[in-house]
Amino acid sequence: MTYEFDWSSIPGALPFLWDGMKISLVITAQAVVIGIVWGTLLAMMRLSSVKPLSWFAAGYVNLFRAVPLVMVLLWFFLIVPEFVGQLFNIPKGTDLRLSSAMAGFALFEAAYYSEIIRAGIQSVPKGQISAASALGMNYAQAMRLVVLPQAFRNMVPLLLTQAIILFQDTSLVYVSALADFFGAAYKVGDRDGRLVELLLFAGAVYFVICFSASQIVKRLQKKYHPA
Amino acid sequence: MGYQWNWGIFLQPSASGDDTYLGWMFTGFKMTIALSLSAWVVALLLGALVGVLRTVPNKTLAGIATAYVELFRNVPLLVQLFIWYFVLPELLPASIGNAYKQSNPVFQQFLASMVCLGLFTSARVAEQVRAGINSLPKGQKNAGLALGLTLPQTYRFVMLPMAFRLVVPPLTSEFLNIFKNSAVCSTIGLLELAAQGRQLVDYTAQPYESFIAVTLSYIIINVTVMTLMHKFEKRIAVPGYIGGK
Repeated sequence: MTYEFDWSSIPGALPFLWDGMKISLVITAQAVVIGIVWGTLLAMMRLSSVKPLSWFAAGYVNLFRAVPLVMVLLWFFLIVPEFVGQLFNIPKGTDLRLSSAMAGFALFEAAYYSEIIRAGIQSVPKGQISAASALGMNYAQAMRLVVLPQAFRNMVPLLLTQAIILFQDTSLVYVSALADFFGAAYKVGDRDGRLVELLLFAGAVYFVICFSASQIVKRLQKKYHPA
Repeated sequence: MGYQWNWGIFLQPSASGDDTYLGWMFTGFKMTIALSLSAWVVALLLGALVGVLRTVPNKTLAGIATAYVELFRNVPLLVQLFIWYFVLPELLPASIGNAYKQSNPVFQQFLASMVCLGLFTSARVAEQVRAGINSLPKGQKNAGLALGLTLPQTYRFVMLPMAFRLVVPPLTSEFLNIFKNSAVCSTIGLLELAAQGRQLVDYTAQPYESFIAVTLSYIIINVTVMTLMHKFEKRIAVPGYIGGK
């Protein structure tokens, strides 16, 4: 007896799956944006000559990089909402799952982004900062107008690759029972007794998206850094 | 409403009666270590093989290896795990699939997790091995061939001994990742560290202590592995290279 595939539950479920995909994309997009902004600040703190700032950034980055994403999400799913709820008197029963998942991802990814950005900043030759200060710029101006634009140009492929990894990682919001794309696929499969088909379908969709995106990044990389 | 801290909870007998809650955590800790180490063996063996294949002149072999890497890198770990655990047993010939489904549930979870983590990581190991081989000066391969070595011999005696030493530092981060990624296996019910953490929250009603303890355990694993690998890296560093003596 071999397994008999029955893909018929997928077409009807497409709108539901698309809703899930939108959640995955929203989480990815906001985590990329906040992650890069917060990651840039962390990287600059880490490289700063003010010791407490540099210690704080190093501690933050090392802490988040030592802990599994699943654990971070569980913290933000099970513990942080209650804590924040008490702090700000948010009525019990408010659904904080999406916002806490987003906060968890953003804070977690910032640690990874900050390492990429730190390497990017360090790849800019020292003479650039000296030149900027010789022109009379202060540190903030030198960073904003001279160093960061060059650093980001070098980092674009790495930042995008990290975004692809992040998109894959959003499937882990499964632990907080949020219906992202994967969660939606699992629910449909579970409901219809067609888990095999739905899981394979979800895998195929992720593959097509991530593979195409990584090919685009490769092209960009060639354009920016012709070998 | 203040939170009642109670670190003594770990020494109290657990709900199952025959253990303390600390014992539960230690069981999870051992499971995380056993799973990660066995998956790492799979990842190293397969990753080394696939990485080497990606660099060989034979287009078919290199193509298969590339497809392997792309497949495992572009599907989320969680989806891969669910496919190994829920889908594959259905697609296997009935005799094997049924034997698997009738086996000990812990064995099923462990096997699926080990294979999944191992193959997932092997694709990343393969990329590092390929980068290591490609970073060797071209002259090494040519010199080997000029001495009359066959291509496999050149790999065996000239290129791989160098390449494997060069890839150890980048592999350290993959090794750290496999411990972190093993937490994903809690989703299929494997009682490793993260899953025990969730159980502790449910049974002790002391969520802060439980999660702090589990998070600290992961940090301890991380620091230990980093320290050991740092020593190992120093021992095998190639003199004359950055990072060598």
